[in-house]
Amino acid sequence: MASSSAARLLLAPWRHLGALGFALFWALAASGIYLYLRFDTSVDGAYDSIGELEWWFGGVLRSLHRYAADAFVAVVALHLIRELLAGRFRGFRAFSWISGVPLVWLLYASGIVGTWLVWDARAQFSAQATAEWMLALPIGAEPMARNFLGAGQISDRLFSLFVFLHIGLPLALLAGMWVHVQRLGRPATVAPRALSLGLVAAMLALSLLLPVSSEARWNPQGVPQDLQLDWFVQFLHPLMYATSASTLWLLVGGATLALVALPYLARRPATTAARVDPANCNGCGRCVADCPYEAVTLRGRKAFVFTERCAACGICAGACPSSTPFRSIAELASGIDLPDLTVHELRRRLQRALPADEVVFRCEHAGSGAGIALRCLAMLPPSFVEYALRHGARRVKAIGCAQGECAWRIGLDLAAERFAGTREPHLRPNVHYARQGDVYAFALR
Amino acid sequence: MNRALQIAMQLALYVPLMALIGYFSTEPRYATLGPDEALVRLSFIHAAERKEPCRSRTPEELAKLAPNMRAALDCPRERAALLVELEVDGEIALRREVPPAGVQRDGNATVYHRLPVPAGRHRIVARLRDRPGEGFNYEREATLELAPGAALLIDFSKEKGGFVFRS
Repeated sequence: MASSSAARLLLAPWRHLGALGFALFWALAASGIYLYLRFDTSVDGAYDSIGELEWWFGGVLRSLHRYAADAFVAVVALHLIRELLAGRFRGFRAFSWISGVPLVWLLYASGIVGTWLVWDARAQFSAQATAEWMLALPIGAEPMARNFLGAGQISDRLFSLFVFLHIGLPLALLAGMWVHVQRLGRPATVAPRALSLGLVAAMLALSLLLPVSSEARWNPQGVPQDLQLDWFVQFLHPLMYATSASTLWLLVGGATLALVALPYLARRPATTAARVDPANCNGCGRCVADCPYEAVTLRGRKAFVFTERCAACGICAGACPSSTPFRSIAELASGIDLPDLTVHELRRRLQRALPADEVVFRCEHAGSGAGIALRCLAMLPPSFVEYALRHGARRVKAIGCAQGECAWRIGLDLAAERFAGTREPHLRPNVHYARQGDVYAFALR
Repeated sequence: MNRALQIAMQLALYVPLMALIGYFSTEPRYATLGPDEALVRLSFIHAAERKEPCRSRTPEELAKLAPNMRAALDCPRERAALLVELEVDGEIALRREVPPAGVQRDGNATVYHRLPVPAGRHRIVARLRDRPGEGFNYEREATLELAPGAALLIDFSKEKGGFVFRS
C-alpha cells in the first residue's frame, strides 16, 4: 500500500503538468510585478537597477523569476511530449492540441525578451542572435537588427518596447492558455496545493542556493564570450550558429507545421458520438455540467451534442436522470446515450448477470477482468448499483481506471462525487460503500 | 499516508528537478567564437542609384499627359543592385550582388555578413558599387588590430563619404 501510494505521489506531477504550468505562470507574474517596480527602463539604468536589487529579497525574486521561467519551459515541453505519446491530439482533442502550438511560441518569445531586459552580455548575445535569425526572413527586420548589432543608436524608447513586449507577450500567453482549456469541462488549471506549492518552494530554494547573477555589461565593441546561457530559453541560438539562420527557420517552421498538422494526419478515433433523445431529455443540464470536453450544451431546453467534440465516454449517460434502471419501460431510453453502448444494453447485461454473489462494473481502461465493461466509471448511473443490490446481488463492485488517471480526464472525480452524494445523480443513502483507491465495494445498509 | 514518506517522495521529485534547472540555467558555457577569434560584421542599408537615369520628356509626351501629371522628367523607379566586396588580407571574403527591395525594385538594399577572423592584425578592404556600370565607386581600406573577442562593424553611410569602420 505504501509503495503504491509512493508511486502515485511520484507520478502525480505528470498528471498535472498543465496545471503546474499555470502555477508557474502566477509565480512569474507575482515576482515580475516586483521586479518591474524596481526596474529602470533605460539603456544606462537597466543593468544597474538589476544589480542594485538587495540579495535577500529582490535578488531572490529575480532568481525565482528566472528559475520559474525555466521550469515553465520544462513543464510545457513535458506536457507536450506526454500528450503526444499518449496520442491525445486527434479528433475531439484537436482543438486543445492546435491551440497549444502558438503557446509554445509565445512562451519562447516572452522568455527571450525577458533575458534582454538585463542588458548584459547574455542579453547582447541573445538579442544579436535573434536579430541575425530575423534577418533571414524578408520581414523588414533590418532596422531592429542594426540597433542590436551596434550600427544604430539604442534608445530608452527601445527599452520601453522591450518592457511592453515582456508584459504584452505573457498576457497574450495567458489569453492563449485560457483558449487552450476552453474545450475542457472543469479544466485543471489549479494543481493540487502540495504539488504547486512544492514546485514553487523548490524554485525558491534553488534561488537561495544558486542566486542568478548578471554577466558583464552589454559591450557593442565586443563579442560576448564564455557565456552562462540559459539553455531552457536560449537553446535556439547555439543551434543557429551550429547550422544557419535559414536552417533554423526550416527546423522550427517545420516542427510548428508538423504539430499543427498532426491532428489532421493522424487517424481519428473510431467513436460514435452520444445522441440525445428529446422525448426523454428534461433539460436538466447535468450532462452539460459533466461532459469532460464541452461537447454538450442546451438548445431549446434540450441537450445538444457537438458530435466532433464528443469522446463517446458515456459520462453524459451516467449523469442523465433518465438513466435509472428502475424505470419500468421495456426499452430503457435515456435522455442522452451512446448508440453503441446504451443504458438499456447495460441494464440488459446487468439483468443477465443477476442473481449473483458479486456484480462488477469495470472501466474499459481498468485492464482485463470479469464484469460489465463501461467506457468510464462515470458512465455508471449510481442507481444501477442499488438496482443490482435489490435484484439479487449480495455485493457490487465498481472499478475505475487501472492507472489511477481517468482516460477521460474527470470521470473518476465525477464518480467519486456521485457515490459520495455530493453530485447528482447520487447514490442513495441506503447503499453504503468502502473505497480503496478507485475501487468501490457497495452493499445495502 | 505516512508523513515521512510524503516528504521523501516530494524531495525525490524536486531535488532532481532543482538540479536539472540549476545546471541548464547556466551550464554548459557557450562561446560563439573560438578563443583566438574576432568578428567582422558588414552591415548596412543603402538605396542604390537608379538603374536608368532620368530623361526629359518631349513636348509631345508632356501634351499627352494629364495637366497635373506633366512632370518634366521621366524617372524609372528601378534601382541598380549593389555589388559589395570584402577583402581580408588580400583574399576576397565576400562578393555579393544585393538587389533592391520592393516589387518595383526601388527600395533599399540590405547587406549583412558575419565573418569570424583570427585575432590579430588584418588589412581589410570594403568595396561597393551602387550604380549601373562596372567597377566600384566606394572603397575603404584599413589595417586594424583585432583582439580576441573584439567586434569590428563595417557600416556604410553616403553622407559620411562611404564605409565607416567601427571597432
